[in-house]
Amino acid sequence: MSEFALLYRSTQEAHREAMGSPEKAQQSMTKWRAWFKEMADKGQLKSIGQPLERVGSVVAGKKKTVTDGPYAESKDVIGGFSLIEARDLEQAAKIASGCPILEFGGCVEVRPVLQLGI
Amino acid sequence: MDVPQQDVPEHLFRHEAGRLVAILTRLFGIHNLALAEDVVQDAFCRALETWKFHGVPGNPSAWLMKTAKNRALDVLRREGTARRFAPEVERQLDSEWTLAPAVEEAFAAGLNDAQLRMMFSCIHPRLPEETQVALVLHLLCGFGIDETAAAFLKGRAAMEKRIARAKKTLAASKRLFDLAGPAGVAARLPAVLRALYLLFNEGYHGASPHAAVRAELCGEALRLVYLLLEHRLTATPAAHALAALMNLHAARLPGRLDAEGNLLHLADQDRSRWDARRIAEGRRQLELSAAGGELTAYHVESAIAAVHAQSPSAEDTDWDEIVSLYDVLMRIQPSPVVAFNRAVALAQRDGSARGLEEIERIKDRKRLKRYPFYHAAVAEFELQLGHPAAARDSFAQALKLARNPAERRFLQEKMSNLALLERH
Repeated sequence: MSEFALLYRSTQEAHREAMGSPEKAQQSMTKWRAWFKEMADKGQLKSIGQPLERVGSVVAGKKKTVTDGPYAESKDVIGGFSLIEARDLEQAAKIASGCPILEFGGCVEVRPVLQLGI
Repeated sequence: MDVPQQDVPEHLFRHEAGRLVAILTRLFGIHNLALAEDVVQDAFCRALETWKFHGVPGNPSAWLMKTAKNRALDVLRREGTARRFAPEVERQLDSEWTLAPAVEEAFAAGLNDAQLRMMFSCIHPRLPEETQVALVLHLLCGFGIDETAAAFLKGRAAMEKRIARAKKTLAASKRLFDLAGPAGVAARLPAVLRALYLLFNEGYHGASPHAAVRAELCGEALRLVYLLLEHRLTATPAAHALAALMNLHAARLPGRLDAEGNLLHLADQDRSRWDARRIAEGRRQLELSAAGGELTAYHVESAIAAVHAQSPSAEDTDWDEIVSLYDVLMRIQPSPVVAFNRAVALAQRDGSARGLEEIERIKDRKRLKRYPFYHAAVAEFELQLGHPAAARDSFAQALKLARNPAERRFLQEKMSNLALLERH
């Protein structure tokens, strides 16, 4: 089994759309919780992970310039991440395809975690 | 890996949306209604981001309220000079010393008060009744455009337009309705009661094909009428009478449908399934409504519902009492519908021939022809008088006008029974 990071990306608009009305908010929340639970029940969820604020700072360059970030030009922002276990990238992507964020115009970036073992 | 288990309480966001928009509007002013809705939306977004990873907090309502409060403070600080807020709190918003306490107070103090002010504001005299009810459902009950449209069986686009226009009318008023002026409350209260009555009826008889949706509308109307009962100025005898009426009708909801979800006639309902607690509460409200000399249609209608609620069966109903209550109702609020209900009660007392006779005597009878229950009742009378052909015609008329699938199935069943009868 290998480990994969799921990075949840969406634009602010898509995120608001997911919560578009109280009823939609309720459904979004229920779907996310059901999805995490499904992964946990199947033993695929290594760590549910953490949510991230959508804004922060970016420190860049030799001058260590601090600017508001992530990046002005990047529209979709990582709103959180989880760690899962899967056989291979293909299976990890299949798991990610159940993520509710896809219903609201967001995407999931699936990235293998590099391990020390060769 | 275990994930947090606690579920999101049912309709949490819907209920909180209504409360939060009311409180925030009180701070921001009615002209900033859209801003208040934005802040609520932000709070919901934050809830989704956080709760999906960390689980639903122990007190999700308090969490949402605190988040909205912090967000409101940000907005007031950031836009304090660029925007005008509620005239009542504007001075306090000028300085950081008074800003935070003012916001704190708005959130701590009057949740009910805020909702009442919003309710009275929605019942704007320049808005048509149906729009008032839609606005109440949208702003106070947290129904989105889709759900509001579905509740009234209207198209989404039409409902969106209607609500947007209504919000503009609201935003154009100088301030939220002020309950403190007693004259104002007394003048607008009848329209508020009427809107809640219509909301309840939409649930009870409405067009939505989903019994669950209609039960929710009844539930929301009940919740809002109790808000009125908790305020000194709005807990009038008429409001108590309306609460009695809603409770006594809602008590019958569990008995109205059979196991297959088919509509049952009052006479065929299993009365043991009526909600005894609601009946008791209805009676209590009916007693409270007797204070003062005012006799409204709600008083009389709830008295009629109380007679039904205490009767063990349709045969053992005091139809005399019901007829005389309809006589009273005809005096204070005459209408073809009331006259029709009176005729049905008379038929129960004196037989179908009398019922038909009374129906033919109703002035403005043609206005009744839009209602399926009118034709269904005529059909029943004709059937009992041994005129199956006339009965079939009337059932067919009723079927054409049926408003939801339950009504349709009810009438189809009647017609196929009739066909069986004719064959033998």
